Order: sequence, then structure tokens, then C-alpha cells
Amino acid sequence: MEGQSRTKVVLLACGSFNPVTNMHLRMFELARDHLEDTGQYRVVKGIISPVGDGYKKKGLIEACHRLEMARLATENSDWIIVDSWESLQPEWVETNKVVRHHYDELAAEQNDDDVDTVKYSKKRRINKQVYCFEGSSHQKRRGCPQLMLLCGADVLESFGQPNLWKQEDINEIVSFYGLVCVTRSGSDPHKFIQQSDTLWKYRRNIHIVHEWVTNEISATHVRRALRRSQSVRYLLPDTVVHHQAEEVMGWGCELKTNQTHFKN
Amino acid sequence: MATRRVPLVLLACGSFNPITNQHMRLFELARDHMNGTGQYQVVGGIVSPVSDSYGKQGLVLAKHRIAMAKLALQSSSWITVDEWESQQPDWTETVVTLRHYYGRILKEHERSTGMHNNSSGRAALLASPSPQLKLLCGADFLSTFKVPDLWRDDHVEELVRRFGLVCISRGRLQPEQAVHESDTLSHHRHNIFLVREWVRNEISATEVRRALRRGLSVKYLIPDSVIEYIHQHNLYTEDSERRNEGNVLRPLTKQAQEPV
Repeated sequence: MEGQSRTKVVLLACGSFNPVTNMHLRMFELARDHLEDTGQYRVVKGIISPVGDGYKKKGLIEACHRLEMARLATENSDWIIVDSWESLQPEWVETNKVVRHHYDELAAEQNDDDVDTVKYSKKRRINKQVYCFEGSSHQKRRGCPQLMLLCGADVLESFGQPNLWKQEDINEIVSFYGLVCVTRSGSDPHKFIQQSDTLWKYRRNIHIVHEWVTNEISATHVRRALRRSQSVRYLLPDTVVHHQAEEVMGWGCELKTNQTHFKN
Repeated sequence: MATRRVPLVLLACGSFNPITNQHMRLFELARDHMNGTGQYQVVGGIVSPVSDSYGKQGLVLAKHRIAMAKLALQSSSWITVDEWESQQPDWTETVVTLRHYYGRILKEHERSTGMHNNSSGRAALLASPSPQLKLLCGADFLSTFKVPDLWRDDHVEELVRRFGLVCISRGRLQPEQAVHESDTLSHHRHNIFLVREWVRNEISATEVRRALRRGLSVKYLIPDSVIEYIHQHNLYTEDSERRNEGNVLRPLTKQAQEPV
């Protein structure tokens, strides 16, 4: 594998983003630094995919607002974008289906870019083994970026919760795609991987990123602060604070009482 | 008798090397808390970067630290950056800085109440409570009182009696403990406001500088405008971190000298 140029990577983060916070955005930055630091990867895009309203989580405000806030938050980013596909689906979509959808999209984009398909497909057949990473059966079209799911350690640990994930979905994510897991304080993802045969088998496809700044800006806390008319400045990008968070979160939050407009 | 809220200004002294989102959060948290007591109305915030003569390791030039703070606070409607402390020839004791700003605030207050009141000063006082200035800090600041020779006893006394502290707890530090363990602080505990920060947000400037040295991202930890400034001027390198290496902090040498 020596001499191979870096693998292009796209990071996909699924979640409520209710609302998006600086912590979410930090996750992308940390993941990119980590992957590029290995010398093997070049992160070319980050995708925020807010969950659809069909998820029906308590306190989840409408997707249109969550999308808009995420867009405002990524206005000043040159590599992170927001994708609305998942949020537009009528029913909740399993994570691996979302990943699959984005993978297909990336592959389709790549097809449009491919010029010399005949020549390269021949080369691909001969060199198929070269594209396989150790322990991974990742099938890669020439030049197609590798799509990895970006998440916090809590998602990794949710793999262990009974009935939450289908085993074959977990397998697909860690074997075919890849996982980048940013640790929050108080969790030990390495131990968790150790204790799972599946995760252990594909450990090289699971990248654990240690957060050197403890940064626990939870969206739950942000919503709570907004309900109590407390400041959330500097927890979210200014663009979000100014335009959306107060009005939107104030109206659509957990307590459906008659509330006056929140002043910050 | 209707109680009018006391106008309150919050002053944060520090290296601001560089200013971070966490610094600015301190102001926001403090304002919410003090307004929430019902007794105060926070009317302003001042960031006062320390002068270069502080002598702390890794401290970059005041002009840069001021410029970055100004960029960071451009969009704030109530927090400003003041260069007075950084322009003094020598490091200035915190209490001296407080006295300076308080003097300014009082003058300003007298000027504005004077405009509305032709009567005597006493009437003016009744109409509008005199403003107060309190020092805004993190919980780690309280434990500096224990460092030998760093603080003069009479200064600590003046700080908590005459001005007051608004102290934001950080991480696992227990500021109540520090207050409890000091007779002076304990005696003036009514003038020490402890604000609990529920979001653990440990963006330290030290970590930010470390990340910058290593070419790692600090986006979303400090404002974009500050990041740009840092890159433009190539601040925070291995060289800059070695500045003042081996020096003794100025406060430790100055305290032995003339009283203020």
C-alpha cells in the first residue's frame, strides 16, 4: 500500500441537531484533524444530516428549523454542508439506510466525473485487491471517497443496547463504511470495542478521536437555557443565536405552555 | 419603597492569550446570574488584557491580544475591550485596575445623572443607585489568593469588601471550598457571587495555543475573526510559547516594593 495517495473521506453525522451546537461542529473538525494526521486520509466533505420529524423524540422541533439553523451554523465552513434528504422522509430512516443513501449519491457523483471508464474498470479488476484495506471488505470505485459515519461515543455504545440496532446493520457500518467516534468524557470506547467481537474484527475501520477539550455543550442544555431566557451565546455560532434559536426554540420546546417570546 | 436595581459593570482581567469563547461565556453567564438576583442590572462588561510586563510564559504582545479581543467582541452589544491596563508601564495590581475603572464609571454616572438632576447630589443618589464594579473570574482565580506573595492581604480585603467577585465555576473546582477556607473571603461571602456553569466547557487558552502550534483546528473554540488574525500574524508558535521562559511573574517581584 506504500506510495498510495491518501484516501478521500466524507464524514456523515446523523442526529437530532436540536439545535446544532459548537460541539457538533467541533466533532467534524476533530475528526478531520485525526484522520488526516494518520497520513492515510484526506477529508473532503462533511455532511450534517438532521433526523426527520418522524423520529418523534421529546422536544424535537420541526425539521425545517433544525435544517435552517444547521445551514446558518455552517455558513462559514468551507467543507461542512447540511443535507435535507433524511429529514424529508415521511418516516424515520435507519442510520445505515441514510449512510447507504449518501454512499449511492457519492458514487453517482463519481460516475458523472469518470471520463475514461473503460480503461479504469479494467485496471480495477486487476487491482481489486489493492483497494481492500486490512480487515475491511470496503469496495471502492476508483476515486470514490470513503464514507464514514461520524458520531460520539454514546452512539458506539448504543450498539450494545438490545433491540436498538440490527446486527447486520452494525456489521455493514463498521465493515463496509467506517466509523469515526469522538469521545465525550466519561466513556471508554476502546473497552467497548474490545468487548464486542464484531467491533473488534473491524477495529481498524473504527477511528477513536479523543477530545482534548472537554466540551459538553449538549443541545439539551441549550434548549433548557433558552426556555429559561438564559444566554446561549458562544455555545452556538452567532449566526444561529441571532437568527433562529431564540424564536424557534422558545416556541417549540418541551413545555407546551403559553409562553411569551424569549428575550435574550 | 421601590428598590431600583443597582447598575453593575463586570470587569475581567487576564492574559487573554488568546481570548476564547469560554472567556466570553463567562460574561454571559455572569450577566444572567446577576440580573437573575433581582438586585442588579448588568450594564456593561470590560475585558482588560494584562500588560506585557506580567511576564507570563507564552504571552504574546499586548497589541495582538487587544486586537484579537476587539475582533472577538465586535458583535457584542455590551462587552468592550479596554487597553488602559496593557498601556501601563508596569504590571498593575488587580485592585489598582478596579479602582481605575470604578473611578471612570462613577464619573460617567455622575455626568449622566447630573444631566437629569438640577438638585443636590443626594437627590441624584436616591433617584439612581450608584453603579458597582465587580471582578469577573473563574473559580481557579479564588485559589490564587493562597499563592504566597502573589496577593497583598489588604488588596484581597479591598477586592471583596469594596468591589466584589462574580466567580464562575469551572470543571471540578469547588469555589465554595476556597471561600470557606479563607477568613477574609468568608467574611465577605455576601459579596462573592458563585455561578455554577452547568455546561462543562473547558476551552482553555493554553489548549488553544497548543492546538495552533500543532496545526490543529481551533474553529468553534475561538471566533473565526480571531483565527484569521492569528494566521495573518503567525502568532502562537513554538517560539512564542518560549517567551518569558524561566522568568518570575512580575507580581511576585513587585509586591515586595512600594505600597499602592
